[in-house]
Amino acid sequence: MTGLPPSTGKKLGLVTDLDICVGCHACSVSCKEWNAGGHSAPLTDLNPYAHDPLGVWFNRVHVYETDDGEGHTQTVNFPRSCLHCEEPACVTVCPTGASYKREEDGIVLINADTCIGCKLCSWACPYGAREFDSDDGVMKKCTLCVDRIYNENLPEDDRVPACVQACPTQARHFGDLGDPASDISQLVERRGGFSLMPESGYKPVNQYLPPRQRKDQAVATLDLQNVPSGRNDDPQTDGFLGWIDKMLSR
Amino acid sequence: MDPAYSIIFFSSSSGAGYGLLIWLATGRLTGFWNTSPTLGMVTGLLALILVSAGLLASMLHLGHPERAWRAFSQWRTSWLSHEGVFAILTYPAALLLIAGWIATEIPNSLLATASALTIVLAFMTVACTAMIYASIQPIPRWHNGWVLPLYLLFSLASGGMLFILALGLIGSPQPPLRATLLGLLVLTWGVKLLYWRYIDRQKVESSTATATGLSALGEIRQLEAPHTSDNYLLKEMGYQIARKHAGRLRRNALLFGLAGPVIAVAIDLSVAPSALSHTIMLLGTLSALTGVLLERWLFFAEARHLVTLYYGRGV
Repeated sequence: MTGLPPSTGKKLGLVTDLDICVGCHACSVSCKEWNAGGHSAPLTDLNPYAHDPLGVWFNRVHVYETDDGEGHTQTVNFPRSCLHCEEPACVTVCPTGASYKREEDGIVLINADTCIGCKLCSWACPYGAREFDSDDGVMKKCTLCVDRIYNENLPEDDRVPACVQACPTQARHFGDLGDPASDISQLVERRGGFSLMPESGYKPVNQYLPPRQRKDQAVATLDLQNVPSGRNDDPQTDGFLGWIDKMLSR
Repeated sequence: MDPAYSIIFFSSSSGAGYGLLIWLATGRLTGFWNTSPTLGMVTGLLALILVSAGLLASMLHLGHPERAWRAFSQWRTSWLSHEGVFAILTYPAALLLIAGWIATEIPNSLLATASALTIVLAFMTVACTAMIYASIQPIPRWHNGWVLPLYLLFSLASGGMLFILALGLIGSPQPPLRATLLGLLVLTWGVKLLYWRYIDRQKVESSTATATGLSALGEIRQLEAPHTSDNYLLKEMGYQIARKHAGRLRRNALLFGLAGPVIAVAIDLSVAPSALSHTIMLLGTLSALTGVLLERWLFFAEARHLVTLYYGRGV
């Protein structure tokens, strides 16, 4: 059934820190690399080397510029992927039951063997989490790396989604957002994490951490008079090199 | 939204077919208008052809048409599944209704039941088609109370044009029915005008600010897109070509869908039946169907999806 489970044991999901994301796209590339051979493989690329490539990706990094009208502008890098909603309409609209939400951990998945490729689920998602693979004829989406996080063939440290592992600034966190005591829930609590488009009513599990307040004049806090010059005005005078220096300075 | 031709043809063709079935079955059930065997056979089969062609076209839209049978399985939760189930259930009822004109031994009570079932099931199928769209919350221009009545009205109006055309051809003009159809055409397009007025003034709660949650930082604009060429989302959900010409297309839809058929029916009402008046009604019917196709195309092309907010576009 594409009815939703009344509740899920865990609410596994991601937390993305918009304060420290540098927009390097490592999460997207790492995601593509893993998932091109994972649960929803292949992630088809059409015309990959031509001028108009079209490919299936589960993670897309937008870059926004904000302006408060008072001269404060800011660049915000914004990774966007499936939010594994608690009440995902993409699941309930599915006519075949191919789209489903797992009862044990809340991950939203697609069964590629029963998907008829009607695209209705992608219409129902305001977050753009689903991309149709026209070559495969079925819908594809983020699996939360279900084939990594429980994979006992991987070292325990590696059992996290590929995007989380790849992030060089640790802007992405993975864990159980249904457990208020978990590290990730605490992080959301501490940093004032928020849901995207909460008015959708889909109750996204994934949360985003807001950019921190920027300081107006970071440089002014330095005392420029007392900054070391960085030049070597007082060369070393001891030991062998000191002796050489002394000899050559004669 | 990308106006996929298979889907536009599907809802227009099957809508007209189900509407035609409703007119036919209502006549059979109530006896308010002539339903001779010839009329019953011709319009009944035409309706089933229109419905079946539409359903087949909708399957062309699928990534895996050979798995289409699976679409019946989620009949408890999915509007698309509801639609499939009602569409299939309509067939035996409509076939029994049509069989009644050949096999006279079928008891009248059974035919009355078949007629009533045909009316209800055809109505439900069209309603489910409408609800597939009306239930899609991320498309505010679909997710509103206008869509369901519009689909039902367009189904009855386009089916009605076909039915009246057929009545005229078999020499049973039924003037009161024509007057009713005139009223129905005006009502349908009146509601459509109100729908257009509604979507033009619609206030959408979501914005790039709520989509990104960055409103505390001020105005938000996209500095860099995540990809260099259009992806599936922008091709399917970010369709923009029609918007520039929306005004002209709306006027054309009204011209074909309302003006053409109304003139044809009015002429047909006021002159004696002749080859010319039949030709005018045929042209009026084709005009009506063209109007529905245009209206349906605009329904898709003018619909904006919330995901485009992430790409810095307005909805």
